[in-house]
Amino acid sequence: MSLVVENRPGVLARVSSCLARRGFNIHSLAVGPTIDPGLSRITVVVESENIEQVKKQLHKLINVIRIFELEPSMAVERETMLIRVAVTGTARTEAIEVANIFKATVVDVGYSSLTFEVTGRPAKLNDLIELLRPFGVVELVKSGRIAIGRAAKSKPSRMRAVG
Amino acid sequence: MTTITGSHSVISSLEHEGVDLIFGIPGGAILPAYDPLYSSPIRHILARHEQGAGHMAAGYAWATGRVGVCVATSGPGATNLVTPLADALMDSVPMVAITGQVPTHAVGNDAFQEAYTVGITMPATKHNYFVTDPDEIPTVIHQAFHLASSGRPGPVLIDLPKDVLNQETEWHPPQDLELPGYKPTLDGHPRRVKEAVEMLAASRRPVLYVGGGIIKSEASEALTRFAEISNIPVVTTLMGRGAIPDSHPLCLGMPGMHGNYTAITSMQKCDVLAAFGVRFDDRVTGDPDHFAVDAKIIHADIDPAEIGKVRAPDVPIVADARRVLTQMIKAWGDRPPVANQEWLDTLREWQTEYPLSYDQQPDGPIKPQFVIEELARVTGGDAILVAGVGQHQMWASQFWGFDQPRRWINSGGLGTMGFAVPAAIGAKAGMPDELVYAVDGDGCFQMTFQELIAAAAHQIPVKVAVFNNGAHGMVKQWQKLFYGGRLSASLLNSEVVDYVKLAEGMGCIGLRAEAPEEVGPILEKSLTIDDRPVVVEMVVDPDEMVFPMVPAGGSNDNVILGPERGD
Repeated sequence: MSLVVENRPGVLARVSSCLARRGFNIHSLAVGPTIDPGLSRITVVVESENIEQVKKQLHKLINVIRIFELEPSMAVERETMLIRVAVTGTARTEAIEVANIFKATVVDVGYSSLTFEVTGRPAKLNDLIELLRPFGVVELVKSGRIAIGRAAKSKPSRMRAVG
Repeated sequence: MTTITGSHSVISSLEHEGVDLIFGIPGGAILPAYDPLYSSPIRHILARHEQGAGHMAAGYAWATGRVGVCVATSGPGATNLVTPLADALMDSVPMVAITGQVPTHAVGNDAFQEAYTVGITMPATKHNYFVTDPDEIPTVIHQAFHLASSGRPGPVLIDLPKDVLNQETEWHPPQDLELPGYKPTLDGHPRRVKEAVEMLAASRRPVLYVGGGIIKSEASEALTRFAEISNIPVVTTLMGRGAIPDSHPLCLGMPGMHGNYTAITSMQKCDVLAAFGVRFDDRVTGDPDHFAVDAKIIHADIDPAEIGKVRAPDVPIVADARRVLTQMIKAWGDRPPVANQEWLDTLREWQTEYPLSYDQQPDGPIKPQFVIEELARVTGGDAILVAGVGQHQMWASQFWGFDQPRRWINSGGLGTMGFAVPAAIGAKAGMPDELVYAVDGDGCFQMTFQELIAAAAHQIPVKVAVFNNGAHGMVKQWQKLFYGGRLSASLLNSEVVDYVKLAEGMGCIGLRAEAPEEVGPILEKSLTIDDRPVVVEMVVDPDEMVFPMVPAGGSNDNVILGPERGD
């Protein structure tokens, strides 16, 4: 789900408290500003059999302005990951080769470690984790998922204002 | 524009909203706001505990239909408001709570009397505010009153740090509400309204299931009119008692855990259940999987989140109850009433077969139901009746006979024991010309009776009938029915308490009835006292239980009727 909320202190607490209070489990949550400084965007992945009820409860929050439910097939989903593996010697090259396939870039090199940055669909990130696991994953940080609805692929029959 | 303090701005804003009465207790952080109050026309009732102030505001709101206002200081003052806020949220009571907070520079430092009020009350309010700029005060207070009273009403809290109250600002009338995320839907979708009317018109065993939403939206007249033109019987929930007069031939009374057989069973057996301003609460539905299984459901409510929360409706309508019922009347047009004579005959048979009953022996102990009926007799039913939570509340709802909206005040959703005394004081303060009679259990009374000191001090002559059965009666009832009669911690040692002396010690009149023949005269005597609060102790049968009863989580098909009916 993607929420457009008022950019005020405490709004994130209201959203997460509402989800917790109603017993919905948060899988991932990402917050950031939008093009309008008065608004923020919260992208939240929740586990629920009744997503309609989740939406309605969130809509009751006064600072929540709009909610979009993003079906995975109808949205572009991305997540960024920073992953540090313990590598020395020849293992370094091997790890970099694996990372290259995933378009992961080296962002930090240590005496006995490499840190990669990679962005992609959540499944891609998980695949990379599995392939790097044998090298020894020292640390892993994920941004949380963000998503945007896919735009129309053909010219609309009639132009209309989209709010 | 003259420069004033944040405190003055608060009081000016309250005056601008038309507030005439507030309930509260001063203290360190809120002290600045009490200074301009000293010279304001707003009357302040000094509660004896902030919980009392909160329930007083709720009682005031229930009785008058206006927003109730309560005030408390930071820390413990604010945390003591949590119960009345949660209560008001559950029962959709329009309230504004104003709390003091430690100065902004001290916030987060565990300062003296600091509590994270906004965080603590977030899930107990419809919305809350932490004000950091005194210039925001007029807009915030205006928004708070709008949020509290519109849409699905509820409590709104405003937390004001002491330095914000002391800073200089200007007061200007609030202009814009600026609430882009808040636009309640008031009118029902015409197509849905048409579907609802057609579904009801074609039904044979329809029932209207109505609740607090009818009272809040002042929809009683529209409801009664719609019931009459369609000839559809009505059940009124605990929150909706009085929505249609109990004396009306189409009114079946209260459904639910302690509802009457006919009201409960009418819902179980109906073919169309049309719900207005209700939320399919578990006390009404029992086990939802066995609730009205054959019925098609029409559900109209102002809160979209209530629609489909418990039961997916066939016709969902998001709307204000009064507006949608008015639309229904119009859409019904000149259709004939529903062809439901057979259904109405069946309901009459049930009413005759399974009435609410109790057995008052002339030389036996006082039956609490008898007290309610005697109270209705001596007052002619012309009173605002207030109750707490438990057995006494159920008996009051069952045996009073409500003929008008806003004349029945009690704690429904949260089930807040101790609600009655302060709520009655708030109701009487708001409606001084009305007789306000609270019935209370002894367990409830012992939670909040100190507010009677406030009532005596402010000359608010409420009357309280305390049902002394020496126990947390409903707890005891469950222990007798479901825990093998092991009365664990439910007895109150009533021999310790002298309610007459207690009343007198608080500046009230204390009366006592110990035998059935004393009940009527004592209640009549209580009506002659109007210069101070009256406490009437009713020494009632300690073994009386509330029936009918559907055990919690059970199916509404299995109504326990009680000992008089062989159960």
